[in-house]
Amino acid sequence: MSKNDQTENIQGSTKKKFYTDSRVYIILAIICLLLTYAFPLYRMTLKSNFYPEGLVLDIYSYKLRSGHNNTDLREINVLNHYIGMKEIKEEDFPEFTWLPIAIGAVTFIALLALLIKRLRKPLLYFDTAFLIGVGLFGFYRFYKWLYHFGHDLDPRAAIKVQGFTPPLIGFKQIANFGVYNMPQLGVYGMILATIFMIVAIYFMKKPVNTGG
Amino acid sequence: MKRNLLLPLLTTLIVASLFAFLMGGGCGGPKEKAPAAKSEIAENALKTYVAPGDYDDFYAFLSGGHNGCVYVYGVPSMRHIRTIPVFQHYAATGYGFDVATEKLMGDFRWGDVHHPAPSETNGDYDGRWLFVNDNANNRLARIDLRTFRTVEVYGPIPNLMGDHGSAYITPNTEYSLVATRFSVPIPKGTYVPLEDYPTKYKGIVAGMKIDPEDGHFSYGWEVLMPPFNYDLGDAGKGPSYGWAFWTCYNSERATGVLEVTASQREMDYIAAVNWKKAEKYIKDPSKTVMIGGVPVIDPRKAKDVVYLMPCPKSPHGVDVTPDGKYIVGNGKLSPTVTIFSFEKMLKAIENKDFEGDEDGIPVLRYDAVREAEVTVGLGPLHTQFDDKGYAYTSLFVESAIAKWSVGLNGKWELVDKIPVAYNVGHLSVAHGETMHPIGKWLISLNKLSKGTHLPVGPDLPESGQLIDISGEKMKLVYQAFPEPEPHYGVIIKADLIAPNVVELFTKEDNKDPNAIWDQNEARVVRKGNTVEVWMTMIRSTLMPTKIECMEGDNVIIHLTNIEEMRDEIHGFAICEYDINSDLFPGETKTIKFKAYKPGVWPYYCTNFCSALHQEMQGYLLVKPRGKQKPEYMPPDKIPHAIVD
Repeated sequence: MSKNDQTENIQGSTKKKFYTDSRVYIILAIICLLLTYAFPLYRMTLKSNFYPEGLVLDIYSYKLRSGHNNTDLREINVLNHYIGMKEIKEEDFPEFTWLPIAIGAVTFIALLALLIKRLRKPLLYFDTAFLIGVGLFGFYRFYKWLYHFGHDLDPRAAIKVQGFTPPLIGFKQIANFGVYNMPQLGVYGMILATIFMIVAIYFMKKPVNTGG
Repeated sequence: MKRNLLLPLLTTLIVASLFAFLMGGGCGGPKEKAPAAKSEIAENALKTYVAPGDYDDFYAFLSGGHNGCVYVYGVPSMRHIRTIPVFQHYAATGYGFDVATEKLMGDFRWGDVHHPAPSETNGDYDGRWLFVNDNANNRLARIDLRTFRTVEVYGPIPNLMGDHGSAYITPNTEYSLVATRFSVPIPKGTYVPLEDYPTKYKGIVAGMKIDPEDGHFSYGWEVLMPPFNYDLGDAGKGPSYGWAFWTCYNSERATGVLEVTASQREMDYIAAVNWKKAEKYIKDPSKTVMIGGVPVIDPRKAKDVVYLMPCPKSPHGVDVTPDGKYIVGNGKLSPTVTIFSFEKMLKAIENKDFEGDEDGIPVLRYDAVREAEVTVGLGPLHTQFDDKGYAYTSLFVESAIAKWSVGLNGKWELVDKIPVAYNVGHLSVAHGETMHPIGKWLISLNKLSKGTHLPVGPDLPESGQLIDISGEKMKLVYQAFPEPEPHYGVIIKADLIAPNVVELFTKEDNKDPNAIWDQNEARVVRKGNTVEVWMTMIRSTLMPTKIECMEGDNVIIHLTNIEEMRDEIHGFAICEYDINSDLFPGETKTIKFKAYKPGVWPYYCTNFCSALHQEMQGYLLVKPRGKQKPEYMPPDKIPHAIVD
């Protein structure tokens, strides 16, 4: 790094350590956000004795993908229809439309913050709040969906069960199925991105510009 | 020679029947055996024990004989895993009931599967297809080893009658060998009195072409032969690549009581066909004659395509050694196997070392082509090989298997023998007919089980005995009871097949234009007198749940099992309409029938699928055309059959 590049962060003539540079954290945050496009946010696994490998449902920000060459989803729906659960269909979830756009917006604003030094601070504040908002709202929607599928059961179903909510995180035994629901790289990426953005803000505030 | 043989044969028979009588063999009681040491039993038991959930090391494909199918066994557990229907109806999978498999069955209700032959690359199994022959109706069939299903049936093949010396495959799956066992006047349908048998009846040895890419059969070449009975075949490999061999009996050209008339000569033949030349000559009109719509090579015009090697005496199996250097003839009525040297054969051909001819086909001088003769025992039928330089020959009359050295350190000699129960026909060593046998397991396919099992009435299964051939001494370790009538079996390493097996048909795999994937697409469409139905099958509904039609309508039902979970099979049957089908996930089948009787006929899922399987049903409603007369059936008019 040349001196000219870092006027903002220079304390006298002392060279600043690179890890105190907020831009590093913005870049890391952007990389973490991009993970949500490559990896699922969540993985739901249903296990029982005659599905020894388990039925697997991966929830991405923009799609559903299931195990065994994407055939597990039909099996999950077949099993669910006995208790009158609604069919899980990709096109029924508006999240798959707005979530990738929202995350894309967060990423774009982070990119602006990286490039436009003058607006970096306000943009970062806004973006962090935006990302936290998207994350919390996403979780809330996810929980609502889990509740909805577990409770909005057809009263005419062949097998009547009490309403239930699959676990938001962790394990729950539901009838003869053990249900695991665990966040994946996508969610971890969003959480890490939030942390990096907060760190970036932290390093932006800390240095006092003495040089002018 | 013939007299010399008759005496021991007769003695054996008499002694054997006396023995059987004394042991009360006819009553099916357990056979007396020297008690094995406990530790040996435990040792043998452990060799074949495959724990629940574990896999066998090998597949064995046993032919179903006149049951028209192939049985799949696991080796060494000898557990029966699957039956593959080929030429016969098989209600378990709906084979022969839908339009596609009805077409495979052709004009016949059955077939006679004798010799399964796996596809080969460079003389070794490649695990792609299994070919079988139909001895009764002169057909070949191909089983896809990714789905374990019959996918193609070819034939009846022109001019060919009683295709027994088949379906042996050439080393790169170029041809499936076929041969006439029962010579007839050709083309088929020609009438010639039996008195003219020696001159006017003809045999055929041939190769039917296999497409190396997709496995499809087409006509290859046929060679016109004297009216002998061509028995078993094998393809040359390694140095003998490009040649095919068949044994024959009845070189006497006899008719009538063949067991006597066809056993008169000391020598019959092994026919050696240069198929590399045959595939060239078949395109040359100067070397062929047109018979039955196809060109047939006439050995009188093509003098270097086929030769006969004398072989004692009504030989049965002919087996080429793994290195391709020797051809083993199994004597059947001679207690020997005769080993011919391929090198000597070529030399004899070159030197025109002939001792005569049969209808223009040169007969090579016996002493010029023979390498060795090994006395193995009574009734040698078939030989297979291991990877240590030994051969194993089944002895039908003696009920034993002989192990002998294949010129090992210059020695051609018997080294071991093990009794089997009883009357072994074919035997099978893992990869034992390829260039690289695996000397671990041998299955002895015995023609008679003679009550070495719980009695099951007068109809008995066959017996398949597993023999450990990994040591110096052969060891009998297990006995299974395959259904009739395994003639032959092949044992293939599981790794060659298992990784490629299709677990599930996906939507992309299903190319049927009548496939539908959603219950909402299920429908009944009437066009004139045809009612066409597109039906989905998924737990636990057959959609549509009713089909309405008029008496006399043609009904076409396209069934699609829209499950996407492995093993979620659904069946489809209509009561009293003789309709039965069975579909795997992702599969579409079409059923056609005439709604010939009015009334209401339930249809239902036959393959127990789920907790609500019993609810998986619907109704075929057939409206009467004329005035409806309810049928009254007095109790004494209910049709029934009793066999007393």
